[in-house]
Amino acid sequence: MRYAMAIDTKRCVGCSDCVVACQTENKVPIGFCRDWIVETTTGTYPQLQMEIRSERCNHCTDAPCVRACPTKASHYGAGGIVTVDHEECIGCKACIASCPYDARYVHPEGYVDKCTFCIHRVEQGEHPACVAVCPTHAMTFGDMDDRMSDIFKLVSRRKWKTLIPEAGTRPNIYYLI
Amino acid sequence: MSKPVSRRDFIRLAGLGAAGLTVASPFFDWKHGEILARDTMPGLYTKRTPTYCEVCFWMCAGWVHHNEDGEIWKITGNEDDPHCNGRFCPRGTGGVGMYYDEDRLKTPLIRTEERGKQVFREASWDEAYTYIAEKMNLIKEKWGPECMALFTHGSGGHYLGNLLRAFGSNNIAAPSYAQCRGPREVGFIGTFGEGIDSPERTDIRDTKCLVLIGSHIGENMHNGQVQEFSDAVDKGATIITVDPRFSIAAGKSKFWLPIKPATDMALLLAWIHVLIYDELYDQKYVEKYAYGFDELKAHVKTFTPEWAYGITTIHPHIIRETAREMANASPSVIVHPGRHVTWYGDDTQRERAIAILNALLGSWGRRGGFYNPAKPSVPTHPHPPYPKPKRDWRYAFPDKYKLAGLALASGLCDATVPGVSRDCNVRGWIVNGTNLIQTLPDQKNTLAAIQALELIVVIDTMPMEITGYADVILPECTYLERYDDLRISAHREGSIALRVPAAEKKYNTKSAWEMARELGMKLGLADYFPFKTQEAELDWQLKEMGLSLDEMRKIGVKKFPRPADDLYPLEGLPDYEFYTNTGKIELYATQFEAEGYPALPTYTAHEEPPYGFYRLIYGRAPMHTFSRTGNNPNLFDLMEENVVWVNPKVAKEWGLRNDQPVWLENQDGVISSSSIKVRVTERIRFDSVYMVHGFGHTNAKLSRAYGRGASDSELITRVHIDPEMGGTGMRGNFVTFRLEGAPEVQS
Repeated sequence: MRYAMAIDTKRCVGCSDCVVACQTENKVPIGFCRDWIVETTTGTYPQLQMEIRSERCNHCTDAPCVRACPTKASHYGAGGIVTVDHEECIGCKACIASCPYDARYVHPEGYVDKCTFCIHRVEQGEHPACVAVCPTHAMTFGDMDDRMSDIFKLVSRRKWKTLIPEAGTRPNIYYLI
Repeated sequence: MSKPVSRRDFIRLAGLGAAGLTVASPFFDWKHGEILARDTMPGLYTKRTPTYCEVCFWMCAGWVHHNEDGEIWKITGNEDDPHCNGRFCPRGTGGVGMYYDEDRLKTPLIRTEERGKQVFREASWDEAYTYIAEKMNLIKEKWGPECMALFTHGSGGHYLGNLLRAFGSNNIAAPSYAQCRGPREVGFIGTFGEGIDSPERTDIRDTKCLVLIGSHIGENMHNGQVQEFSDAVDKGATIITVDPRFSIAAGKSKFWLPIKPATDMALLLAWIHVLIYDELYDQKYVEKYAYGFDELKAHVKTFTPEWAYGITTIHPHIIRETAREMANASPSVIVHPGRHVTWYGDDTQRERAIAILNALLGSWGRRGGFYNPAKPSVPTHPHPPYPKPKRDWRYAFPDKYKLAGLALASGLCDATVPGVSRDCNVRGWIVNGTNLIQTLPDQKNTLAAIQALELIVVIDTMPMEITGYADVILPECTYLERYDDLRISAHREGSIALRVPAAEKKYNTKSAWEMARELGMKLGLADYFPFKTQEAELDWQLKEMGLSLDEMRKIGVKKFPRPADDLYPLEGLPDYEFYTNTGKIELYATQFEAEGYPALPTYTAHEEPPYGFYRLIYGRAPMHTFSRTGNNPNLFDLMEENVVWVNPKVAKEWGLRNDQPVWLENQDGVISSSSIKVRVTERIRFDSVYMVHGFGHTNAKLSRAYGRGASDSELITRVHIDPEMGGTGMRGNFVTFRLEGAPEVQS
């Protein structure tokens, strides 16, 4: 089983609903976030192209943060989700330095925090909060090892990319373009 | 001996157990990614109460969830609600911040110094009511009850409106009409006999071509509409966006027409010309339903794409190509009427041109065009007849704005300013949920009106600019702490939604229902408030409909099947009578002609920015609603301030860098009271600047929002009034940059 997310940059309007839904669901303190919106515009007026992405931890299959963590607080959990064990985390920030996606932050309580794919919801049969709230249905979550899953079919059918593939991290967030 | 399990090991083990659970989860069918059972999640949904959102006018229905301690935790959408389809927008999701905002109004206040000085003393509710009732009675005796006016936005308006009508005035206005969507309603009523209303009756879900004229869907987070927009994009619909700014919608469009601002009418007329003279219009539909085609054809003869090119800067071949795209998709095409359309003062006529385009394309009443909404009928509570007012707001404007269908907020404000030759000025205001200082254009005029009042009562949840000028502030509880009127929705299927309190009132606040009733008692109007509790009123209403409050508590939303199969009444071209004078779609508007207005739209050249000035364009951001969410901790976190968008060429001329703070000065020498950061971007024309509306708060009681970004409203001092319906055109203002602000005034 390999949990993954496909995010459709064509459907996304960049409203930040995923950000605030994550914050309320996971009680992320105000001033911090586990996911965020990136808008890139290329070209010069009036020949322009725009891409909007909801970004978060890529739950890399080859995660530098897991390698960098001296206490094994960062580890692979169920379905390959990269998880931080708050109890084991000593707040050394090695993972933050190693992450090419800037996906982690130090929680005011001293540990490093980031996207969990809302594993607490997934365990209960729900989608992650960002997926469940997205008004444009831009996000699809599921098991990439299951060839019958929505996400597998979507990623097979559509053109996609991952972020900073040259870092060799093998991300599990697919951006449909 | 086995090794004792340390706490950390235990947690690791618990994690493994959880992983095991996932595999065996009975709720999630991993094979197909389907949720099997939604509402049976133990732990996730310990307790939930139904509500509908009050952060904007879309009013999506949802559920408020509580944490283990019974406090409000999060809000999610109601799956059965056609406004949101189970998914709230960022503002709705962040609505919790409205409840938790520590800057809220917490107790009734009475002003002790002059208006605007923000010096108040705390008062009891009874004291506040007595003060208001005395002043209202004084106004009634001296000038008549018609001299009281109500400005309102949101669900409190229903109850306060009842109070005002019972008192003897129907001067009840919402800025959502004359400052926003009014021209669209008048333009479409003049053509099809029916307006667009809210939520818009646009069938974006099934459209093949959507034309957006300055309408920035996605940035205006009108939830259901944005959802359908994304579906349409995904399904390959052609999106044509006409906007001086490369909006989010433009980024998803096949055609972006970066039109020179204020020239939309020329483009619309050229499109009409192409549709008619290239015979691309729906001939059968027009022949059967339309009135005045020959007049229209003769009228647009000279409005060629070549003519429009010189005005709009849009190339003729693009005008022709886009017209053909629309015709190819006909009748599943929408030339979107927009929502905030009070731009240049000829807005009703521009909306007429949009309506005419839709008529030529045969999209009204057809799938993928404009559907026919169904609305459930809900009984209102019984009360004695309202006294008939001797005058209303129209009295102040003889022979003006004759097509206005609703009261004008700006009109009531103008009628308050003394020195106008009329025998009744408005003397008292009740302002509920609308920050008139930021909402109405021409702040100087608004302030002059306020200073002339005998009484101004502000009912709000937050200290806003307008509360600073109040004689009495009545603190309203947030929508999460109160019952409210049923939300009655006109949609593909009609529905009602219930709001019940999700928490005890956090402060010494009341709901509009309570305030209207208690104030009504003070004024001796008890007969108009027959119910002792709001629960009893709602239950009575629901029982009349064969439902009950208890049943609604469980479901939140009740949908009603359409009584007839008439969602697309003009499919198959049946006989049909429109609610117009001729019973036809009026390409030539007889109602307009009868009232002395042009029956066919024409292009008027609007003033252009002087040298060194840029047209001020404003719009929305998806995470804020006007100025009302600026201080909401959750939404402030998403967007703390607005920025001014500047084309790189302009930035180079002025030497502006990204994030550099500048002050904006308009054509009348008004300088923004706070600075705004520059965003250098290719996404805007070189003759315009853009900023999101609702920032630059000047009320220091808003601890987060105060002084953040700049206020566009402040810079809108020149207003172009729509002669047909009194809409306030606000896009005829020009600004230039000041690298330093006005010297600080010592206060």
